[in-house]
Amino acid sequence: MTTTDAPMADVSRSPGGNPLGFGRMLRKEDARFVRGHGTYIDDVNLHGMLHGAVLRSPLAHARIVSIDTSAAEAHPKVKAVLTGAVLETLGLAWMPTLSGDVQSVLATDKVRFQGQEVAFVVAEDRYSARDALELIDVEYEPLPAVVDARRALDPDAPVIRDDLEGRTDNHIYDWEAGDEAKCDEVFRSAEVVVAQDMIYPRVHPAPLETCGSVAHMDKITGKLTMYTTTQAPHAHRTIYALVAGLPEQKIQVISPDIGGGFGNKVGIYPGYVCSIVGSIVTGAPVKWVEDRSENLMSTSFARDYHMHGEIAATREGKILGLRVNVLADHGAFNGVAQPTKFPAGFFHIFTGSYDYAAAHCKVTAVYSNKAPGGVAYACSFRITEAVYLVERMMSCLADELGVDAAELRMRNLLRPEQFPYTTPTGWEYDSGDYPRALREAMRIAGYDELRAEQAARRARAAASSTAESAGGAAAEPLMGIGVSFFTEGVGAGPRKHMDILGLGMADGCELRVHPTGKAQLRLSVQTQGQGHETTFAQIVSHVLGLPPEDIEVIHGDTDNTPFGLGTYGSRSTPVSGAAAAVAAQRVKEKARLIAAAALECSPDDLEWELGRWFVKGDPEQGKTIAEVALASHGSLELPEGVEGHLDASVVYNPPNLTYPFGAYICVVDVDPGTGVVKVRRFIAVDDCGPRINPMIVEGQVHGGLADGVGMALMQVIAFDGDGNNLGGSFMDYLLPTSMECPSWELGQTVTPSPHHPIGVKGVGESATVGSPAAVVNAVVDALQIRHADMPLTPAAVWRATQGRPLRPDLAIE
Amino acid sequence: MQVPAPFQYERASSVDDAIALLERHGPEARVIAGGHSLLPMMKLRLARPETLVDINGLTDLSYVRVEGDAIAIGAMTRHAELLDSAVLAEHYRIFADAERVIADPIVRNRGTIGGSLCQADPSEDLSAVCSALRVTAVVRSAAGTRQVPIREFHLGPYESVVGDGEILVEVRVPIRTGIGSAYEKVERRAGDWAVAAAGVFVQLDGGNVADVGIGMTAVGAQHFTCTEAEELLRGGPAGAEQFAAAAAVCARACSPQSDQRGPEDYKRHLVGVLTGRALTRAAVRARGGNA
Amino acid sequence: MNVTVTVNGQETTHDVEPRLLLVHYLRDVLGLTGTHWGCDTSNCGACTVWLDGLPTKSCTCLAVMADGHEVTTVEGLGEDGALDPLQQGFVEQHGLQCGFCTPGMLLTGRWLLNHDPDPDEATIRLAISGNICRCTGYENIVRAVRWAAEHPDGSGSGDGAAAGADITQEATA
Repeated sequence: MTTTDAPMADVSRSPGGNPLGFGRMLRKEDARFVRGHGTYIDDVNLHGMLHGAVLRSPLAHARIVSIDTSAAEAHPKVKAVLTGAVLETLGLAWMPTLSGDVQSVLATDKVRFQGQEVAFVVAEDRYSARDALELIDVEYEPLPAVVDARRALDPDAPVIRDDLEGRTDNHIYDWEAGDEAKCDEVFRSAEVVVAQDMIYPRVHPAPLETCGSVAHMDKITGKLTMYTTTQAPHAHRTIYALVAGLPEQKIQVISPDIGGGFGNKVGIYPGYVCSIVGSIVTGAPVKWVEDRSENLMSTSFARDYHMHGEIAATREGKILGLRVNVLADHGAFNGVAQPTKFPAGFFHIFTGSYDYAAAHCKVTAVYSNKAPGGVAYACSFRITEAVYLVERMMSCLADELGVDAAELRMRNLLRPEQFPYTTPTGWEYDSGDYPRALREAMRIAGYDELRAEQAARRARAAASSTAESAGGAAAEPLMGIGVSFFTEGVGAGPRKHMDILGLGMADGCELRVHPTGKAQLRLSVQTQGQGHETTFAQIVSHVLGLPPEDIEVIHGDTDNTPFGLGTYGSRSTPVSGAAAAVAAQRVKEKARLIAAAALECSPDDLEWELGRWFVKGDPEQGKTIAEVALASHGSLELPEGVEGHLDASVVYNPPNLTYPFGAYICVVDVDPGTGVVKVRRFIAVDDCGPRINPMIVEGQVHGGLADGVGMALMQVIAFDGDGNNLGGSFMDYLLPTSMECPSWELGQTVTPSPHHPIGVKGVGESATVGSPAAVVNAVVDALQIRHADMPLTPAAVWRATQGRPLRPDLAIE
Repeated sequence: MQVPAPFQYERASSVDDAIALLERHGPEARVIAGGHSLLPMMKLRLARPETLVDINGLTDLSYVRVEGDAIAIGAMTRHAELLDSAVLAEHYRIFADAERVIADPIVRNRGTIGGSLCQADPSEDLSAVCSALRVTAVVRSAAGTRQVPIREFHLGPYESVVGDGEILVEVRVPIRTGIGSAYEKVERRAGDWAVAAAGVFVQLDGGNVADVGIGMTAVGAQHFTCTEAEELLRGGPAGAEQFAAAAAVCARACSPQSDQRGPEDYKRHLVGVLTGRALTRAAVRARGGNA
Repeated sequence: MNVTVTVNGQETTHDVEPRLLLVHYLRDVLGLTGTHWGCDTSNCGACTVWLDGLPTKSCTCLAVMADGHEVTTVEGLGEDGALDPLQQGFVEQHGLQCGFCTPGMLLTGRWLLNHDPDPDEATIRLAISGNICRCTGYENIVRAVRWAAEHPDGSGSGDGAAAGADITQEATA
């Protein structure tokens, strides 16, 4: 395993000017998007289509006394009204979640979060559907709400899930990993123990396009065509078959262009199910597209982990042990999407990039009167929470010891010779050269100069008279530098360990080379902006030497693509990308046999140069892939055991995850008078192995870094004491604009994955995982305090400096 | 996306026509100008006017011009125009300071000063600016025109003196010499409403404050101002200590509410900080400096 | 009521409800689905079009308010099937990922370049501060605008299959 800093060597170019394989290539999908010719869910219009709208509960916890839909049904443009009672007759009032729980589709007995679905109207147009919602009369009997996760297990807490037999409290599960006894021993004898409570508050992925579906149940053919914003079309199809009892071969799920997913578009939402039922009932296609408040109030939120971390170390700063207790707020239903064996996702990767001898984590999950979810928003199945925890703890330890934050990390990072490395909680990291990445980030940042500048500013501030009181000239800003080093585990995953609802997480692809030498690659994964139409063509080009412009990538239609679990958790390149590479390999090997037959020689006599098999010692004698493709469809006599055509179909079961990593450095300036944080610089060095398309990789990193700034400084879904959602619009749930984001400074190291067929690792979520801690570390560094919880709004910063911190998850009083 | 309930729509061809339409359709009729306060409320169905009277055609209400001893600003002048106005830049930089942080550049193409003042949002930046400058609002009805000092214009949250059958047509800003003005705002993110904001003008006479106007937004300040602080400053030295004292009075006198933008104590603290900074910057500008 | 709007240079008349939002008029009545929507509170800018040449959030405007006025959408950018240099810049600089914010960004960016042909980074960031993007972190959008400023004729790069090089269909309304 070698690590390089240099980008890939120049590859040759196709006739269209594209790299024959890895390299910077402009995106094919852009042609339609820049012209406004994408087809997103709200652009899908079928003949005779009706429009659905969901009536939602205004209360967080209440018994439903009565629902009167008669006025809505009498509206001249309304075609159908569904309630929980109606769905009950179809056995669809409740549906299974991806975590072995059940979730209400339309409420029957109670509502359990503000925004929960209560009724569904189908009307001729979207305006009438909206009008009809107001004609539905629901009588509620309010109940006290569980809002503070820390009170969810109080003996007098209202029981939310009384729909579950025998349920007497709000406890969902306890889960642990690591060695508790060993940790106790290590902590008992450690010279230094640092403890810190921290929240990773509830946030929401908020893709710019909301969720929606167009369901068309064709009564005559019995076929259900389901256009949906789904990152996992095949999984949806199978689940609809299992849950709704529809024959799976008669269900076609089509993901049109998706305007951002970020994990928000993985699960099946009640609105989708209602649109299907609406279509069955009315006989017409039914479109349901949620509005933004519905998206923020009812679809999968992310995080909401209340963590208590403890780190044990020597006085010299050698880490010994890490333990953490987590209180996980799952909302009213346990609907998280992660592999079955890991109810807390991959949180137990929390030892991060360091050599901890002892580690233990315990996660206690509870219900609350909030929307269901938890795994979303580029979390890589809770790795965002794990990395935040360990990177905050490392900086807390550095603060305790008076050691520089980068230096402390450098002392404790795993060394290259330790790879492959098995963590105390069982993760096998495939490859990495961590110190090199950190050094590179420090070099790009000019780390020593930054610390010198900080020291000079502090000296000046100490020497001058008190800042702001001098009648109002703004005092000099406080400069902070934050470091974050993350290890990700992406590309779920080996099927014996990883399944979702019993569906193994293997993914596939199908490659067909046509007689004229052009190819089609069908994928089981689903892009939502990651550029698969381009990068997967590049993968095939890399192996086969076909021009990427000659390879058409097909995805998003379950009738026309192989089965897979979809795109989230940065798994596309590690899993389906591997499948594509293997398929291309198989085509290449088959091409060898056919070329040998055409050239009338032995396959052993052939050598490969990109795109062509040729006779050793007689290079004029050869066959390109295109020539082989034609021959394979023709009348050439094929060798024994070799079938015609030039296709390959692969289902790839990854042997392990891949482990991209990175070193991030954030520089902030904090206005001490107002608490306003300005991100001055952000340096990100990422290692995802070789980069198929560096331009696209950088774009993924840029986007994730903006997420980090947003979560660290402004994003939160908070609730008041009655369970009212305080982040139900973009006026309240704030997303970073171009003004809050600096010009990102990127670097790279390249450490291939030893087990991936082309050595690449995933990268889509890396920056979202690694960046929040860098920003928070920078702010607490500026303020010279131990900790402050995100989001670090001006008010939160100021209160932290006053020693009276705000709790971000609750209403500010 | 959310959509409004049904309503009737009328387009006014003149101010008189607008007034006549308002009278005809009664109290459930609302004027719509830029629409970026009203339409979002209508989409959320928090506002349900029966009739909208569209006054976007009244382009002769869009102007910024010097008229004798005042700058006359037509009520239909858009935020973007106020931001770019050379007249305002020359006399009152507080306008550009504030406009730069009002909403976002696209919204500023549509929102108007008239709409902002009449919406009477307690967090409206222009309300604080106008209160600081002690402008006069010109209101027209079928009965004629009346002039309302801006500090009598707002009756409370979302409530102004503009009654049924009336339209705000103009805002008049007194021209003052030897002044500097500034606006300071803290927001959680570009385009957000203020957590708190303060805007001032300072008129210097040698080293003393000849006159001053203070406006604050989003902190429940009565009529968006603090006259006690203004009186404290008037006639005294334009110095750091005096500015700090006035800022402290402002902080004490306002009534901020805790909400997700911040707790009450923080907002109060901010008022002190921002008022002090605005006074300092305004004074530098009054002396011809760049701040 | 009848409204006559000139959209992308073509006059069109329809009978609509007063409450019909301009964004829905463009998308659902005219079939110009390039203009998107992403929120309920006029924050996100996905719906940005030009109204009489000024960037406007079409979700916060009624179709009836556009009666007698001119609207330009993303479908109206470029000429004779060729991409506007800014559209080309978005391709060249990877200024889009999912593409959902892109039409709004293009209308805002094109307005900026028409008024300030050589904007610096700070000016660009300010100009697009009313357009939210969730994918790109804004960096490449800024670079795309700079690219268009530096290539006012939109000459392509040597980077090969520039998206759309083999696209022959016209943008249809």
